Amino acid sequence: MTLIKITTKKIALAVLAMAMTGTSLAADNVGFVYVSPIGDAGWTYQHDLGRLQLEKETGVTTSYVENVAEGADAERVIREMAKRGDKVIFATSFGYMNYALKVSKKFPKTAFVHATGYKLGKNMGLVNARFYEGRYLTGVIAGEMTKSNILGYVAAFPIPEVLQGINAFIKGARSVNPEAELRVIWVNSWYDPGKERQAAITLISQGADMVTHHTDSTAVVQAAEEEGVYAFGYHSDMSKYGPRAHLTATTHLWGDYYVQTIKQVQEGTWTPVSVWGGYPRGMIKLSPLNDVIPEALQNRISTMESQLRERTLHPFAGPVIDQSGSTIVPAGKNMTDDELNKMNYYLQGVVSTIPN
Amino acid sequence: MDSSILSSILFATIVAGTPLIIVALGQLIAEKSGVLNLGAEGMMAMGAIAGFAVTLHSGNPWLGVLAGMAAGIAMSFIFAVVVLTLMANQVASGLALSILGVGLSAFIGKPYESEILPTVGAIRIPLLADLPIIGDALFNQQALVYFSWALFAGITWFLYRSRPGLILRAVGESPSSAHSIGYHAIKIRYLATLFGGAMAGVGGAFLSVFYTPLWVEGMVSGRGWIAIALVVFATWRPFRVLVGAYLFGGVMVVQLFVQGSGLEINIPSQFLSALPYLATIVVLVIISRDQNTVRLNAPVSLGQPFRPEA
Amino acid sequence: MIRLEKRPEASQLMSYASPLIAIVLMLIGGLLLFAFLGKNPIEGFKVFFINPISDLYGVSELLLKATPLMLIAVGLAVGFRANVWNIGAEGQLIVGGIAASAVALYFYESEGIHILILMVIAGAIGGMLWAAIPAFLKTRFNTNEILVSLMLVYVAQLLVSWLVHGPMMDPDGFNFPQSRMFEDPALLPLLSDENRLNFAFVMAIGALLVGYVFMYRSFAGFQMQVAGYAKDAARYAGFSAKRMIWIGLLSGGGMAGLAGMSEVAGPMGQLTEHVSNNYGFAAIIVAFVARLNPVGIFFASLLMALLYLGGEQAQQYLALPSSISNVFQGMLLMFLLGSDVFINYRIRWKEATA
Repeated sequence: MTLIKITTKKIALAVLAMAMTGTSLAADNVGFVYVSPIGDAGWTYQHDLGRLQLEKETGVTTSYVENVAEGADAERVIREMAKRGDKVIFATSFGYMNYALKVSKKFPKTAFVHATGYKLGKNMGLVNARFYEGRYLTGVIAGEMTKSNILGYVAAFPIPEVLQGINAFIKGARSVNPEAELRVIWVNSWYDPGKERQAAITLISQGADMVTHHTDSTAVVQAAEEEGVYAFGYHSDMSKYGPRAHLTATTHLWGDYYVQTIKQVQEGTWTPVSVWGGYPRGMIKLSPLNDVIPEALQNRISTMESQLRERTLHPFAGPVIDQSGSTIVPAGKNMTDDELNKMNYYLQGVVSTIPN
Repeated sequence: MDSSILSSILFATIVAGTPLIIVALGQLIAEKSGVLNLGAEGMMAMGAIAGFAVTLHSGNPWLGVLAGMAAGIAMSFIFAVVVLTLMANQVASGLALSILGVGLSAFIGKPYESEILPTVGAIRIPLLADLPIIGDALFNQQALVYFSWALFAGITWFLYRSRPGLILRAVGESPSSAHSIGYHAIKIRYLATLFGGAMAGVGGAFLSVFYTPLWVEGMVSGRGWIAIALVVFATWRPFRVLVGAYLFGGVMVVQLFVQGSGLEINIPSQFLSALPYLATIVVLVIISRDQNTVRLNAPVSLGQPFRPEA
Repeated sequence: MIRLEKRPEASQLMSYASPLIAIVLMLIGGLLLFAFLGKNPIEGFKVFFINPISDLYGVSELLLKATPLMLIAVGLAVGFRANVWNIGAEGQLIVGGIAASAVALYFYESEGIHILILMVIAGAIGGMLWAAIPAFLKTRFNTNEILVSLMLVYVAQLLVSWLVHGPMMDPDGFNFPQSRMFEDPALLPLLSDENRLNFAFVMAIGALLVGYVFMYRSFAGFQMQVAGYAKDAARYAGFSAKRMIWIGLLSGGGMAGLAGMSEVAGPMGQLTEHVSNNYGFAAIIVAFVARLNPVGIFFASLLMALLYLGGEQAQQYLALPSSISNVFQGMLLMFLLGSDVFINYRIRWKEATA
C-alpha cells in the first residue's frame, strides 16, 4: 500500500524532472530481487534502504519482490522484470547468479547487477563489499575491551565471505591483544532466531564477553543485552535491540552504489564490471560507537577508518598465520583478492574447528 | 566439566524444552481423545504473532499469552469443525492448517517485524535458586517455565486421577462405546482439540514474547512438528513428554556447547544438527517394536473420524 | 435445525462438484481478503489469477512449476489410497536430486544419452531409498510412517547442505555451496527454445497415465483401494498389508525422487541447497484437492502452480507480501476438505424434536 503511494509520488517527481531537464526519466523502472522478507534489520533491509535512497535521489521508480527462493523460481521473477522493461535489475543474493546470467543473455539491452557472485556477463555486472574491513575494526574494539579474552561468533555457513569476517575479527582482536581467542558456533541457518540466541547464550556461558554474528536476525544482540555482555551488530545498526550491549555494527550501505549505477546507465556509460567496494567507496561503515568505548579507542578506530578509506590499512596484511601455525601470507605482503575469495580456513586465535 | 558450564547447559536445556512441553502436552490431550492435529506448526505461528502483537500494544506479556491462547483456540476450532463436524481427513486437514497458519501469521505479522519487546524477567525462588548447579536452571526461570511444570502436573492428575480424564481416554479408545453409554464423544473431542490449540498458541507466544523476544516470519522453525513427534516419542505419557522435550532441547544445546568449546571434532555440523531428528526415529522404533507399549498407551481411535449413528 | 444425514450411497455429483465449490469459496475468500486489504478485488483477481498466464511464456512457466507437483502427487496418491501416509516427499525429492546430481557430476565432460537415462534411474532410486526407511520401519517395527518420513525431511535438508558444502561442491566455485553447472548431456531437453519447459513435463504426463492405469485397471491398485476403505475386509481377502505399505511408500518416494531429478536437470542445472521449494508438501495438498485421482492431479497441480505465480505477481503489482500464496493454499484445502462431507452426507432441515 505504502509502496504504491510512494511510487506514484515518484512518478510525479520524475515527470517534473523530465519537464525540467528534457530527458526521458519517467519510464525508468528499477527492479530488486530480495532473498528474504525486508524486515527491520539484516541483509535485505539494507538493500531496501539503498532502494529507497535510489528513489529519493534519482526519481526513478522501483519495484521489488521479496522472499524469492534461490531456486528455479528466481529466473521467472527476474525475467518478468526484464520483460516489462526495467532498466536495471539488482539480484541481491548469491543463489540468483546463474539465473540472472541466463536472463541477461536474453535481454541484452537491460543492465543486470548481481550481488556477491563471481560470474560477469556482457550486460551483467557484479557488486560486493569488503565487509571484513568493518569486522577487523570491531575485532580491535573487542580485543581491547574484553576482560575474559574470549570472543564469540555465531555464524551461518562456512562460505568465504563468512570466513573472511571471522578471520578479520580475530586478526583485529589479536593485533591489540595476543591473548584473545575466538569461539565460533555454526547454526546452519541464516535465519533461526531461537537457535541464534541459544548459540549466543552458549558462547557467553563459556566465557565470551564480546559476541557477534553472521546470521540475519537481531537475536544475538538481544541475548547479549540480557546477559550483560557486549555485542557487535552486523548488516544493520542494531543498537535499538541492545542499547547497552551494542558497541557498534558493521553496516552495509548500498544506496550510493545504486545511485551511481543508475546514473551511469542513464548516461550510457555503464559497463558490466565487478565492484568490490569497502571503505574507499563508502559501501560499509561502522554504526555510531557506544559511549562505553573509551575515547582514546574511539579515536583510534576513527583513525583506522580513514586509513582504510585511504587504503593504507589492510586487514589481511602479512604475516597471516592460520590455525595450524603455517604462514599464509608472509610479512610485508597483503592477501590478494583471489586468495580472499578462496578463504577456507581459520586464522590463529580461533579455537573452534571448521566443519567439513 | 566445571559446574558453571553444567549449570548453563541445564538452564538452556530447560528453556529450549519449555515450548515443546507446552505444545506437546496440549496435543497429547487432543490425541488421547482420538484427534490427530498436524497443524501445531501453524497454530504456534498464529499464537506467536497474536502474543507478540498484543504484548506490544498492551505492554502486558500475560495479555499476550492469553491472546496467543485465543489465536490457537481459533485455529483449532477451524480444524475441529472440518474434521469433527464435517468428518474430513485429519492428516490432510492438519497439514492445511499448518500451511494456513504459517502463511496467515506471516501476513498479519508484516507490520510487527520492526518491533521489539522488553525481556520478561525471571522469577527467582528464594533459597532454592541458590542450590549449586541446578539452582538457576530449576528455580530462576521465566514464569512460563513454571507453568509448563504445572501443566504437566495438572494433566497427569487429569488423565489418571480424574473422572473427566477417564472419559476422555474412553472416547479415544472407542468413541462408539463411549457414545453408547451416554457420553457426547464429539463434544469431548471438540474440547480436547481446542485445548490442544490453546496450548499450541501459548507455546507460540512463549517463543515470541518470552524466548527470543521478537517476531519474524517463520520463527517457529519446525518446533510444532517436533512437538507432534514428541507425543509419539512419549507413547502418550505426560512424564515422557517432559523427559523427551528436555532430551530434544538438550541435544541441541549440547551440540552448540561442543562447537563453542573448541573441542576437536571432525563431524560436519549438519550431522550434529540432524541428531535430534535421528534420535526421534530411533526412539519411535524402540517404542513401536513392542506392540504392548503402543497398545497400552496409544489411543486406539487416533485419526479416525467418528459419527454417532443417531 | 440443520442436521447432516448420511446418503444411502456416495454422491457422484458431489464428488466432482466439491472441488469446484472449494475453488469458488477460495475465490470469494480471496476477493474479501483483497477488499479488506484495501485493494480493488477485481484488480486483485486479475493480477493474481490472470496476469501470470496472459501469454505463452506464462503458460509454459505454469506447466514448469506444476511438473514436480504432478509427479509427486501421483506417486503419493497411490499410497494415500491405501492409507499409507507418506508426508516426507520433500526429503525424498531432495535425495532424488542428490542421486541424479551425483550421476551428472560423475559423467562430467562426457557425452551420451546414457547420462540422462542413468540420472532418471538414479533420481527415482534415490527417492525410493529415502522412502524405504519409513517403509522398512513400518513393516518391521510398526513405526508410524507419518513421523518417520517427516523427520527424514529435515535430515535430507541437512544432508544436501553438507554435500554442497563439501563433497559435491564446485571446485571452481569459490567455496560457495553449489555443485558444478551440469553440461548439456546432463540436462533434460527443452520442449521449445522460447521457454524453460522441458522433457520432465512429458514424464509427468506419462506418470499420470501410468498412475491412472495402476489405480483403476490393475489388481494391485484395486487391492490398495480396498485396503484404504476397509482394512479388515482387505485383511480378510488376504491382501498383504506389508506389500501395500511398500508399494505406497516406494511409489511416492520414486516419483518425488524423479521430481528432484527434473529440478536439478531442468530449470536449476546444478545441485544447490534450494533444490526443493516445498514441492513435497504442496503435492500433498494437490493430491487431496484432486481426490487422489490422476486426472484431478493434473488440474490441481496447475491450480496450485497458479497460486505460486499469482503470489509473485501480487507482490510486484499489488505490494502484498509473498505469504499470500500460503493463505490461498490453506483456504483452498480447508474449504475442499470441508465441502467433501457432502459426498457422503446431505443437509436436512429438521424440527428440533428433543
